[in-house]
Amino acid sequence: MIEVQLSASLREFAGGAASVAVEATTVRELLRKLVERYPRMQKRFDEGIAVSINGEIFRDDRAQRIPEGAEVYLLPRIPGG
Amino acid sequence: MNHDQSFTNQEFKIVGTRPPRPDGVDKVTGRARYGADVSAPGQLVGLILRSPHAHAKIKKIDTSKAEKLPGVKAVITSADLPDLTKGDRSQLDILENCMARGRALYDGHAVAAVAAVDAETARKALKLIKVDYQVLPHVTDVDEAMKPGAPIVQPHVRTVGVNPAPTKASNVSQRTEFGHGDVEAGFKRADVIVERSYKTEQTHQGYIEPHACLASVGPDGQGELWVTTQGHFTFRNVCASLLGMDVAKLKVTSSEIGGGFGGKTHVWMEPVALALSRKANRPVKVVMTREEVFRATGPTCSTSIDVKIGATKDGRITAARAELRYQDGAFPSIWGMLGAMTSFACYDLENVKAIGYDVLVNRPKVAAYRAPSAPMAAFAVESTIDQVAVQIGMDPVDFRIKNAAKEGTRASYGPTYGPIGIGPTLLAAKNHPHMKAPLHKNQGRGMACGFWFNFGGQTCTDLNIGVDGTVSLTVGTVDVGGSRASLSLIAAEELGIPYEKVKCTVADTASLGHNDTTEGSRGTFSSGMATIYAARDAIRVLKERAAKQWEIDVADVTWRNGRAVALKAEHGNLSELTLEELAAASPRTGGPIAGHNEVVADGAGVSFATHICDVEVDPETGYTKVIRYTVIQDAGKAIHPDYVEGQFQGAAAQGIGWALNEEYVYGKDGRLQNPGFLDYRIPVCSDLPFIDTQILEIPNPGHPYGVRGVGETSIVPPLAAIANAVSNAAGVRLTHIPMSPPRILNAIKNGNGKSHAA
Repeated sequence: MIEVQLSASLREFAGGAASVAVEATTVRELLRKLVERYPRMQKRFDEGIAVSINGEIFRDDRAQRIPEGAEVYLLPRIPGG
Repeated sequence: MNHDQSFTNQEFKIVGTRPPRPDGVDKVTGRARYGADVSAPGQLVGLILRSPHAHAKIKKIDTSKAEKLPGVKAVITSADLPDLTKGDRSQLDILENCMARGRALYDGHAVAAVAAVDAETARKALKLIKVDYQVLPHVTDVDEAMKPGAPIVQPHVRTVGVNPAPTKASNVSQRTEFGHGDVEAGFKRADVIVERSYKTEQTHQGYIEPHACLASVGPDGQGELWVTTQGHFTFRNVCASLLGMDVAKLKVTSSEIGGGFGGKTHVWMEPVALALSRKANRPVKVVMTREEVFRATGPTCSTSIDVKIGATKDGRITAARAELRYQDGAFPSIWGMLGAMTSFACYDLENVKAIGYDVLVNRPKVAAYRAPSAPMAAFAVESTIDQVAVQIGMDPVDFRIKNAAKEGTRASYGPTYGPIGIGPTLLAAKNHPHMKAPLHKNQGRGMACGFWFNFGGQTCTDLNIGVDGTVSLTVGTVDVGGSRASLSLIAAEELGIPYEKVKCTVADTASLGHNDTTEGSRGTFSSGMATIYAARDAIRVLKERAAKQWEIDVADVTWRNGRAVALKAEHGNLSELTLEELAAASPRTGGPIAGHNEVVADGAGVSFATHICDVEVDPETGYTKVIRYTVIQDAGKAIHPDYVEGQFQGAAAQGIGWALNEEYVYGKDGRLQNPGFLDYRIPVCSDLPFIDTQILEIPNPGHPYGVRGVGETSIVPPLAAIANAVSNAAGVRLTHIPMSPPRILNAIKNGNGKSHAA
């Protein structure tokens, strides 16, 4: 079970919760299960999402494995210059 | 293919050296071909008619007279760019920015375009287009746009991120919040609290090469686009989508690029050029004037920021809070959010809150500008940090060292940091001779820190070995700062051959798989990673060929110093095979030898910098001269130190211009008053000191060589470092960027408080 921390812009889709528990071993599974539980999150994911696993930010790699007990943050996808 | 990105701490023979860049001779002799440097048979000149109003309803556009002018081959309006976005509002925003749809949203917004046989005819045609405007109220200031009753820029926009969700339109497109702890409790524990408001004006990236492209679309639906861009694959996808073309049938070639810094990550007039060509059935070349670049491409935000920081007398920050209001131009974006995310990222804070607002105004759509949003937030935070340090009587460097983020710190934007370089850059600053150099009358010293995320992304690379053993390295990330040299070094390192044997080329979109745009300091990080893997893939093939030639098991072959070596004693009579020998034999051992890789290069490490600046302020005129400047930044691993230093210096130079001179000036009519380099002054050589650099190498654990992106972070500290220096020199706190002579004189005259500390 992973405790996923949500940035403020995602909390409104989870009833205001700062974090939610999800059973997932990859980024893909995590995002899928979040949308199953909170369908309105899909729009925000479509706009761009990044997943921080133990401090390392993954923007694209949906196959990335999430170790048990990892610190996981959902962040907005960041553009650059 | 093993895609283990882990840092391996390998020893380098070539990486870290400083050979000349492969594009250097072309660039200094004028042979390099930029966006405006190609032509096609039958080419037309494309020009764009732009709104003279900041906000206006377009009641009618009459193009009939222009269409009848001899030599005019096409005239288009938004009617020629139908909405194919299927409800995707962000895509529609891109289309609407390229060509106004019913309303002009800012001074310079495109309303129509012509393609004609020459520039004179095209100019005449523009004058013959009659646009019937109904001028609407406008707003260009970020604080004014947030007030109740302000003219609404986008009636469909409702503020995201507030509860309950609003039902009325607002210029605030988004509210975001980051942080942790209890800031109010933290402020109660503080011995000293400094609270201050700051403003920064809008600046442009100021790339020397204006936007330019040559577009050609045939009646068969196939098209080509030659364009100055940071991301030709992204341009292909966006243009094809907006115009209803098949992605595979639009070939986009990136020209040499005369600067981008984020401004060439977006399409501006490229879809218009393609639409003109499609209608005229002729190639169309569009080259923006400098005035168009200023009025109608994407500058950075202007901002209004409040910061409050509390600390104990022994120098520990107890709480920090910021409210950041960023104007995004006429289309919603996330620049205020990014300001909130980056504002306190340098520090280890128990209680922190940053609230970002994205605000719409009647100005051009904002684009990224090198570490977008971070410099303005850093200006406000680092200025306040300095004032807190002064109030508690602590050296500003020591104060920052005491509060710096480190491995294990929970970042203000959420996650916990791995190994990071903020502490080492601060220690290097403390020990740098610059910090001990004497200052004279009217001179002041300032320093500041900066943070940027960096990222990687989709990347695809080919490595082909010629029959003479030379290597063609084909990449898809546009070279904005010397990456062809860096990537050639990486290929040479992996293959064990001299740098001069590698030729790196940026391929067009028909020649490689998708590559994300060169942004987020990703070019050398991600294409470097793909180059490592592609070279190792080629080495795998080379070993197979050697095994064939030797008629031994490939498991008995290794690659060492550019040669295949047979490993076992029983093969001791086999002479090593060089790359040249294997390449020469390749037609008879299986054909061409190549390596290939596609990767999603995630795992870019965050980056930090500390800058030191000395200035002299003339109290009579308010003129500021930067007399010494030092950049200290963590590069992870500097592949080609010259070009790492070049990125540090270039970013600092841009920051100096931003801090002291550069500013979009809008009149009461909402029109830009200074759209040219005479009135919008970027630094020239005589404005700048030699910018000293110090590269730190704290390896990124997410890259085999430890590379971190370096292209953006060093534009983050200059606004603050210079503001702290000017404030120390002038004896008053400067809170408004740019610190132009009138603003400095005004601050001196009004005191801004007798002490600049509070």
